[in-house]
Parts: sequence; C-alpha cells; structure tokens
Amino acid sequence: MKKGSWVQNYPGFLEKLYKFAEGVFLSLDPLWSAIGYDTSEKLLKPGEDLFKNVIFDCNECGQCVLHYTGMTCPMNCPKQLRNGPCGGTRLNGHCEVHEDMKCVWVDAFERSQKMPLYGEEILDIEPIHNWRREDESAWINMLREKDGTYEESEPEKLQINDKRYWE
Amino acid sequence: MAANNKHEVIAGSNLENVLRAGHFAVTGELGPPTGADKSVIEEKAEHLKGIVDAVNITDNQTAVARMSSISVGSMLVDLGLEPVIQMTVRDRNRLAIQADLFGAWALGARNLLCLTGDHMTFGNHPEAKGVYDMDSIQFLQVMRRMGEEGTAESGDELEGAPSFFLGAAANPFAPPYEYRPYRLAKKVQAGAKFIQTQCIYNIPRFKEYMQRAGDLGLLDDVYVLAGVTPLKSSGMAWYMANNVPGLDVPKDVVGRMKAAVSDIPKEDKKARSKAQREEGIQICVETIEQMKEIPGVSGVHIMAIEWEPAVSVIAEKAGLLPRPTV
Repeated sequence: MKKGSWVQNYPGFLEKLYKFAEGVFLSLDPLWSAIGYDTSEKLLKPGEDLFKNVIFDCNECGQCVLHYTGMTCPMNCPKQLRNGPCGGTRLNGHCEVHEDMKCVWVDAFERSQKMPLYGEEILDIEPIHNWRREDESAWINMLREKDGTYEESEPEKLQINDKRYWE
Repeated sequence: MAANNKHEVIAGSNLENVLRAGHFAVTGELGPPTGADKSVIEEKAEHLKGIVDAVNITDNQTAVARMSSISVGSMLVDLGLEPVIQMTVRDRNRLAIQADLFGAWALGARNLLCLTGDHMTFGNHPEAKGVYDMDSIQFLQVMRRMGEEGTAESGDELEGAPSFFLGAAANPFAPPYEYRPYRLAKKVQAGAKFIQTQCIYNIPRFKEYMQRAGDLGLLDDVYVLAGVTPLKSSGMAWYMANNVPGLDVPKDVVGRMKAAVSDIPKEDKKARSKAQREEGIQICVETIEQMKEIPGVSGVHIMAIEWEPAVSVIAEKAGLLPRPTV
C-alpha cells in the first residue's frame, strides 16, 4: 500500500524538478553512451530507485509515466490502472481495496491541476504496458527509445477541446 | 472522433441494430451459476427471452468463480437469446483474452463488454493473483484494432478476425467526479460504441454527468444505456448504500424502501417482503421513465440481481414491451 510523501503535495515543484533532471540527464547522453547503457543502468538504478521510492513509492515498472499521472505512481493502484480510476472508488475518495488509502487517481487528478507543464497529460491514453521493462531503469529506457533500441507505443492524445481543469 | 462514427455497422448484432434504428434499447443481465448446473441458465433465460434485446453474461462477477461467460453466451445463442459477453482483465492476460474471444466469436457472440473487474479480495478466492495485464481502455483498443485491421495485439494478421460490437462500463457516481467524463472520453476514443452505466439511484448526479458527456461531444459517438437495479428490500438498499464501493444510493431512496413496510407488522414477513419488492420495482420504473427524458440516453440496462423474473414486470410497467424486431 502506498504511503506517499509530503513532497507529493507540491506537484508543481516536482514537475519542474523532473523537467530539470531530464534536461541534465539527456545532456549527459554522450557520457552514458560512452559507458554503455547497460553499465550506466547498473550505476544509476540504485539512485533512481532510492529517489523514486522515497518520494513516489515507485514500483519500478521501467516505463515511468509520473508526469502523465499528476506525479503520482499509478502502479500503486491495486489494479495497476494507468488510464484513470476504476468504478470502485469509495464516496470518500478512498480505494475500494484498501479502505485507509486514498484512491491513486483521486490524488493524481487533484495534483495534475496544479501542474502547468504536464498536468493535461492525464488525459492521454496510456498504451498497453510492456512488462518486460519491469526492474529496468526508466531513465535509461528513455535513451534506449531515443536511439531505437526499444520501440514502445506512444500515449495517444485525447481528441477533445474542453480541458478546463488544466487551463 | 470521426473514426468512431456510430452509424457504421460493426457486428450486425441485434443490440447494435436496435440502437442504430433509434429504438430505446433494453438489455438484461444473467449471472451464471457457481458451478456446472446448466438448468440454472435455462431457467434464467426463460425469464428474459423476448423481454430484452440482449443479455449481459457476467464474468466471475464480484470475483466469485462461476461458469464462464463465453460458455453461457454460447448456450444463450442456442436458446435464441443474444448475449453480451462480459470480459474482465482481472483473470486473463492478453493471450488468454484474445484466445477466448476468438472462440466466442466463432460460437456466435457479437457483443462484448470490456471491463476491469472487481478486485480479487471481494470474492471467494481472495488469495488469487490478479492479472491486470492491460486495463479496460487498452482492452478496447486491442479489440477495435482487431475488428478494423484484422490483427492481434501483437500486430500479427489473424485467420479470421472478430469484429465485436464493443461496449464499456461507466460509473458517474464515484470520485473524482470531474474526471469521470474524461475517462468516458478515453473509452469512446479507444473503441467503445455503447456504454452501460453503474446502477443509477442518484438521478441529479447522473444528469450532470450526461450534461458533461454532451459538452465533451461524446454522445454523438456512443450509445449510453442507463443502468438500473430494482431493490428487493430496505436491507439491500441499506447494504448497497453503505457497503458497496462505487455505488451511490441516496438517503431518500433507502427511506422509501423502509416506508413501504411501515404499516405492516414485523411478524408478517411475507407481506413485508411483497410490499418492499413492489416498491423496489416502482422506484426502478420511475427511474426508467426519467431516463427516457435525458438527452443522450439510448436505452436501459436492467440488472435484476438474482431476480430475473422482475425484468419482465419492470419492462411492462415502463412501457418497453414489445421489443422491436429489426
């Protein structure tokens, strides 16, 4: 069951931090390439896990979608739903399985509205999951997708105009 | 969403034809037995034949192991009823789901309801491993592409691709309320052509939801069947209001069920049960009457849980009979 951390109540800060970290990480690509992605993964994974575990209760799915889901890890949902809440959310906004836990998607929806950069991405349709990526580094996988080592399906944009909660 | 034109024939099922012809559709539900007794199916089917346009067959409903929805669907086809096969992503991965649905199509099923499914912990095998290989939206995508492009999820071409009339569930009554219409939009874009909703007791909330669905432009692309369940007793009403996650039974509905027996002495259990059942049916009929007036509602889905004989009474009282032949 997810515990969450107080930092998650500042999704606007977290998305900026993500964007900054992504920029730094990508700019160091020549370095990661030189070491090799597999070796880089071994070096980086413990740090990535620690960071994501402390802040997000990361489940190490290897296909991180945090900025699509209100900086809230959807793999903490007992059904691991990546496209929104199931029909069982309790009237008090808690999970149908864990009565004491707030529904991951209630949190995600609230937080996404405080995220000017990526908040609207909570509307994207997340593609069918690739379970082979479990326990791999999502950061390195980003590079593996860029250089074509991995071919993953991309999220699909929702074709609607009314996005009032994220404007 | 041009790809989702609701006027294009997909599977040619009776349900699809009724909806396309603009009739107010009626679907029912049949819960398979918790074992291999075929006579249960035959008896339940008897109560629904000629009363509804199609019958949903639940898939291990409330996570209790039951006769499989596809096998029951096949029996219904033989009995002259049209099934809506319910399939959850809880018990099968993408291989099993596709394999079973190839078979379902071959056995004559044409309607498919793509669901997430109740969590294992609610059922009789709480120790079971949940699968959740994909979610209901991705499931819809897989099945839509299968119908349109003739391919498996892997992209491989199929030896005969099923092209189901695809449906999905929607629950307007659970938080986060403002996000729910967007989830509906995802389902419609993913491939849902019809929606069957959670049981409706909170009508103002449902109207709001439909209004938002209309604002988002979804109602041109999908048929919405309003879910209704007749209450059998005030005990059931109270239980549903307090113990079933995802259900919203307002106090006044529970109150009406209680009031129905306020004049009948406690000892007269038979009379109390009869009065409560009648009130439950009356509330259900009134709800259906209101559903007919809501823009975008194309029919009703009557879920008389373990009470199939009630469906014909409700359909008759709500002026839904006879069912059209299309």
